[in-house]
Amino acid sequence: MTSATSRPAPGESSSPRPGPRPKPAPPSGAPIRVTGAQSLVRSLEAVGCEVVFGIPGGTILPAYDPLLDSTKVRHILVRHEQGAGHAATGYAQATGKVGVCMATSGPGATNLVTPLADANMDSVPVVAITGQQSRPLIGTDAFQEADICGITMPITKHNFLVTDAADIPRAVAEAFHLASTGRPGPVLVDIPKDVLQEMTSFSWPPELRLPGYRPTTRPHGKQVREAAKLIAAARRPVLYVGGGVIKAEASAELLELAESTGIPVVTTLMARGAFPDSHPQHLGMPGMHGTVSAVAAMQKSDLLIALGARFDDRVTGQLSTFAPDAQVVHADIDPAEISKNRRADVPIVGDCKEIISELVDAVRAEKENAARTVDLAPWWEQLDALRETFPLGYDWPEDGTLSPQYAIERIGALTPPDTLFTAGVGQHQMWAAQFVKYERPRTWINSGGLGTMGYAVPAAMGAKAGVPDVQVWAIDGDGCFQMTNQELATCAIEGIPIKVAVINNGNLGMVRQWQTLFYGERYSSTDLGTHKHRIPDFKLLAEAMGCAGLRAESREEVDAVIQQAMEINDRPVVIDFVVGKDAQVWPMVAAGTGNSEIMAARGIRPLFDEDE
Amino acid sequence: MTRHTLSVLVEDKPGVLARVAGLFSRRGFNIESLAVGRTEHPDISRMTIVVSVDELPLEQVTKQLNKLINVIKIVELEPAASVQRQLLLVKVRADATVRSQVLETVQLFRAKVVDVSPEAVTVEATGTSEKLDALLRMLEPYGLREIVQSGMVAIGRGARSITATAVR
Repeated sequence: MTSATSRPAPGESSSPRPGPRPKPAPPSGAPIRVTGAQSLVRSLEAVGCEVVFGIPGGTILPAYDPLLDSTKVRHILVRHEQGAGHAATGYAQATGKVGVCMATSGPGATNLVTPLADANMDSVPVVAITGQQSRPLIGTDAFQEADICGITMPITKHNFLVTDAADIPRAVAEAFHLASTGRPGPVLVDIPKDVLQEMTSFSWPPELRLPGYRPTTRPHGKQVREAAKLIAAARRPVLYVGGGVIKAEASAELLELAESTGIPVVTTLMARGAFPDSHPQHLGMPGMHGTVSAVAAMQKSDLLIALGARFDDRVTGQLSTFAPDAQVVHADIDPAEISKNRRADVPIVGDCKEIISELVDAVRAEKENAARTVDLAPWWEQLDALRETFPLGYDWPEDGTLSPQYAIERIGALTPPDTLFTAGVGQHQMWAAQFVKYERPRTWINSGGLGTMGYAVPAAMGAKAGVPDVQVWAIDGDGCFQMTNQELATCAIEGIPIKVAVINNGNLGMVRQWQTLFYGERYSSTDLGTHKHRIPDFKLLAEAMGCAGLRAESREEVDAVIQQAMEINDRPVVIDFVVGKDAQVWPMVAAGTGNSEIMAARGIRPLFDEDE
Repeated sequence: MTRHTLSVLVEDKPGVLARVAGLFSRRGFNIESLAVGRTEHPDISRMTIVVSVDELPLEQVTKQLNKLINVIKIVELEPAASVQRQLLLVKVRADATVRSQVLETVQLFRAKVVDVSPEAVTVEATGTSEKLDALLRMLEPYGLREIVQSGMVAIGRGARSITATAVR
């Protein structure tokens, strides 16, 4: 990887230097005298942190000095702290490791609020390190002072204000432990400047003191057997797979459970890739813009087996009419998710990997003992009929403009199967979830719970930093892209050659779609003017930031431009796909209505009509 | 909706009260009473929280509380199996003409007078909130000049200790 700020490789730096021989390193674990800042950097190295995304500033400055010398931790200087936060999330989701971001006090820290809220909603392991005003100034409205612990209390798994430099190693170790275990989430460590400056002792590993934190990972055997009984007896079961399956690295176990039982699978927006899209048992994504067959399967089901999913309103639609005949087996590592929205008949608290592998055995044992096995063929007949009648699809725009779905579909088709995709939020996100086929976990990274526009570019940057050998594509909208594209400069300078497909319809497309459907086609403040004035010109913008800028405006140009993008690997690439503004995301369950009223296309309600 | 008394053992760390209070407000639960104090363990504080919620939301609030890293243990104390007490200080208008009647009421409730002036007496009473409400109703006709009440504290009956099992 080329990098303007790259350090010499470890081998180069070990050339003999004149002067006194360096003291032998103290034995591991023995305390050594360091500054708080050195203690912080050593702690980050010790905990295995490889990359930090951040921006220095007044109060965090002491930490940046020893960071300059670290050969283990690479610092990537971003252009906005929000970019640092989303990059940490992208890195974490691509690698399964903890993502780290760093910012100074006050505005630096508050700029991390959105990414932390985002990571909290999507349970992403992230550690944020923020500078804070010196201890004597805290509470005096000092320059760049913000109570970031107070501000982020509701949007982090936990946070710390470190008031003694001796506590730094423990705070860092606890932060990483909390972020990455149990239900993962963001943890913020706030360190006053004078704590970073004072002398202290450093020793590793520190003792963790978390008496109130004991996540349950081993499922209760009795609950697993209860679940197995229901699974073996169900006539219309559905495996409702959520993002927890990816976080638990349980895709192999899921495949075994699905294949050994023959039960249909749906994967939520957060779980795309947890189960191969090419698998015949996969019905696709459920929810507001899910496939008709996935939504129908849940509505008609007699047993939902929820694995690492949380019955989000975008999946259930109107809760009172959701899956009315279904019993529920709910497996999750967070007990608070179970029976939060929908009452579970069999709750199982634990790690999805362990739960699913125990379920495989338990269901097998149950079936061996059962007098007769349930035939799922009639259930599959119903689902197959729906799948054939209402496949995912789209019409070409009547005005002859480029179809956004086509552009996205072609990117999915032409890129290698291990390609990693990120997305912003809106129509392009839904199309990317629908028309790119995901075969493996950690190939689809998006902002599901918080719905953070502008997520795609910084998340792609973080992902590419974590898995540099994989192609990383950000599928973005023109609205989203204008929120965070400054990180393209970071990518260009730091040698992070991501590819960005801007699905440019000149509008805030999803809002416009709702205005078309629910606000009488009154388009209030959704036209960005990107088309009318070509402001900004994304091709020129890309080039101005050291990226390759490409454009496609017709069907014929799409494949060529994607190929061209794939051949450029020495800098980031931005493709401006100029698409029609009237394309809509279908199927759709209108907000506030029941899932049985899903519309396959405007005015076509397959399930509702069938019941009449 | 029914009233529930939760005993919450927490680490004695800055911000814990804000975490607990913030959780209640953002999840839409109303705290009726809250009291915090030290325990026999120097690192552990105990919060007694009284909430009015139905059974299912109570389960949810308990689970959410348990997710707070600084929360060590939560026990619901049933009124029949616990001793629940609140402290009340009330300033009652009581000149020479009614003072004896006020003192009689105070004695009936096993409360005591802790301050006296020509126009008023200050009464200290402890008990359940029902008892304190009854006392206030009896004193109201004389004129209640100022009321201050503590949050409820509660402890389980019998020899068992909820803190003992929490800090093994």
